[in-house]
Amino acid sequence: MRWLAEVRVTLRPGIADPEGQTIASGLRSLGYDTVTEVRAGKLMRIAFEAETAADADATVADMCRRLLANPVMESATWELRADEEQQAAEAVTG
Amino acid sequence: MTATVATTARPRVAVVVFPGTWSERDFAHVGSAVLGWDVRLVWHLETELGTPDAVVLPGGFAHGDHLRTGAIARFSPIMRAVEAFAAAGGPVIGSCNGFQVLTEAGLLPGVLMRNDHLEFRCDWQWLRVERTASAEPWLADLADGEVLRLPISHGEGRYVADPATIDELEASGRIVLRYATADGTIDPAANPNGSEHAIAGIVNPAGNVLGLMPHPERAAEAEVGGSDGLRLFRSLERWLQGRPAAAERRL
Repeated sequence: MRWLAEVRVTLRPGIADPEGQTIASGLRSLGYDTVTEVRAGKLMRIAFEAETAADADATVADMCRRLLANPVMESATWELRADEEQQAAEAVTG
Repeated sequence: MTATVATTARPRVAVVVFPGTWSERDFAHVGSAVLGWDVRLVWHLETELGTPDAVVLPGGFAHGDHLRTGAIARFSPIMRAVEAFAAAGGPVIGSCNGFQVLTEAGLLPGVLMRNDHLEFRCDWQWLRVERTASAEPWLADLADGEVLRLPISHGEGRYVADPATIDELEASGRIVLRYATADGTIDPAANPNGSEHAIAGIVNPAGNVLGLMPHPERAAEAEVGGSDGLRLFRSLERWLQGRPAAAERRL
């Protein structure tokens, strides 16, 4: 079964984020005076195969731990869903 | 069984090359033409280093620095051999991107993040040497408090680690190079990237693995503006002379 994971990697609280600070300063210079903080991060969409939802979730957790996030300064969260479009397409062509 | 093999005075040095590495030729030039070393470039897909006396992880942008600097290089096949060489006490130096690879591989703690001002910084930089603990082989010829002048060339050199790690590095004397002024003063104005505790270089607990953001290989001949980088390489030579050659160690 095919799954889609959306993984968000963000800097942990307390880790300075000069990129986010620069974006915040840009927003304020555009007139968005109420912006108090911007934190920049990464979004990754990962398509992969797994037997069950539990397997898929465990696989994403493993990917995050081994490669996608560096625990020294980052943490990862993710959303997981079955890739229904892909499965529907396979049903039509199959 | 043969008798003791005559020791060779020529250090054998393996320089690891990832796709995107850019300083391997400078290391090879300095090693071969300036120091007379036996230098071998080792492609990242190789699994053996040969029998080097030391291993170099040069600067550059390994694997395009995608995801994070050094994050993909860490999984290159040659890194298993580098890890084994380091664990056996072999001298390893990682400069710039090489330092980033060493932290991602877990051979050194912490991480190198975007410079606090977000600019790429290419300049000469003064560095204070700190030798309160053993930092051989790379700093064997350097004294505590000495000031070196080396080039830096990086966009992601801001050293970050959790407070417990920084405390442990400080307490164990493993911060061996700090960004400083010409007279060796640690001053925020002399810190080119916002590194915590002005950290420019650290060693592992055994002292054999050195990671540093500056480029010693770019300052090894007076013609290029300075030769302080030679101090590290001469340190290695002297340290190697003081121990049995590899052929003897195997007997």
